[in-house]
Amino acid sequence: MTAVPRVVATPDDASWTVRLRRRIGGLVPAGEALPDSQPSYVSSWIYVFGVLTLAALTVVVGSGIVLTIGGSAWWHVSSVGHFVNSLHLWSVELFFMFMVIHLWGKFWMAAWRGRRTMTWVTGVVAFVTSIGTAFTGYLSQSNFDSQWIGAEGKDGVNAIGVGAFFNVLNPGQMLLWHVVLLPLVVGALTVIHIVLVRRHGVVPPIDATGGD
Amino acid sequence: MTTTQRPRTPDSHAFSKRPYDLVKEFVIALGVVSLLTVGLAVIFSSPDEPAITMSGWAKADPADVVATATGELAGTTTSATYGPPYNHNADGQSVLGIPLQKLGGVRIPVDSAALVLQPLADQVGSPAVTGALARWRAAASSQRTAWATAYADALAKAPGGDPAQVPAGDYGPVPNLTAAFLDVARSGYLEGSLTSSGNFYGGDQTRSLLLLSDGAYLEDRAVAQQLGGDQWGMMNETGNYPGQPWMWLYTFWYQVKPFSTSENADAQVWALMMLLTLALMLLPLIPGLRDIPRWIPLHRLIWRDYYRTHPRL
Repeated sequence: MTAVPRVVATPDDASWTVRLRRRIGGLVPAGEALPDSQPSYVSSWIYVFGVLTLAALTVVVGSGIVLTIGGSAWWHVSSVGHFVNSLHLWSVELFFMFMVIHLWGKFWMAAWRGRRTMTWVTGVVAFVTSIGTAFTGYLSQSNFDSQWIGAEGKDGVNAIGVGAFFNVLNPGQMLLWHVVLLPLVVGALTVIHIVLVRRHGVVPPIDATGGD
Repeated sequence: MTTTQRPRTPDSHAFSKRPYDLVKEFVIALGVVSLLTVGLAVIFSSPDEPAITMSGWAKADPADVVATATGELAGTTTSATYGPPYNHNADGQSVLGIPLQKLGGVRIPVDSAALVLQPLADQVGSPAVTGALARWRAAASSQRTAWATAYADALAKAPGGDPAQVPAGDYGPVPNLTAAFLDVARSGYLEGSLTSSGNFYGGDQTRSLLLLSDGAYLEDRAVAQQLGGDQWGMMNETGNYPGQPWMWLYTFWYQVKPFSTSENADAQVWALMMLLTLALMLLPLIPGLRDIPRWIPLHRLIWRDYYRTHPRL
């Protein structure tokens, strides 16, 4: 029997697939996507709040997914649904608490140094988008809070012309923004933020002169 | 002349390293946050005050329903005089002369009088209502306004706003229309009529919520629960729950002058918050602001281990 000779294909530089693979491969230095070591200066409790924010976001999304299974009114009529709503509420509160502490920590570390401006920018935009996501959640509760927050909130968004497109009195629109559009944006920003952190590494101490 | 140049931030990958298990850190964090969440949910639950229904409003404060309906017909309610995005009856708010509200356009048209007339027109088999509606529609616009305004004034003077205690006057069909409207509200039919408006599937409560907001009942209920605009209202929620504390700065501006007394407060506060958000976002590029962490060296606490072994020269 004659063995079929093995043909090794050389990467084609014109191939879109090859280009995309190289692009993705070059996002983070080799071994830094999930490193098993950290710079020795990473030694403070403040670093924990980044991962706590990510963990809280995971619980927020998980509890939100369970709520979507039951539908928008399920939690009003089911004790299980009400409990899942409570999980969703408190994970959101924890998420914001961790994120604000993380943000303040990064501020006092001047964590934008060393070409990390975009890491800071994506973090701030993720924070602001999260506020919008939580706001649409309050508008989607279909209870007294939704009525009052909608009645109050409409004047703000209408005053700057946004209310013509983003109608806080329309729970159908707000619910879709809450469960689809805004979570997609927050998720994408989180991924970009984490990739940037892994790409540039954790910011060294202020006035550190070099490797040691 | 010599200049002192700030040292460039070195590459983090050039520093000595120590073993660290990122995945284990995340799994532990997820476990801790999950336990915390379950604990808080079990202990504190979550608020769910039922939405106000139109029949509930009509039973709790019928005089407010009648006064609101009269205001819609007279064109004096908040929604009737709102401007964009609901109607052209005002220009709305502006900032530095820029009519931001008007620029959005009237994309969600709402006729406030129709909030009353359409549910009544949907009623079948009531000759009294049909007659009152026909008389209203046959009258000139100025006559309609005169009737409704006169009735609104009379209601305001009547004890408790009680329609039964309004003296006789030239109110046209307005008392009949508003009384019939109160009956529709009591029956529980009003939400469906305003929400669906020809569509089997509802989902858009704009008209119902505008009508409810035009009355005093919604705000009275909110103020009683410390949710008023001057009570840091929108960031709070019913009961003793934290609400949205992350909106404290936005809500804060409404509590202080000049915003608390400005007719353009909403647009001004939004413009200010957008400016502040932009400043926070671009903080790394703003001299002075980006130097605060050097001037107030809290970072020496964060990196105290590093600075202990690497004292400054």
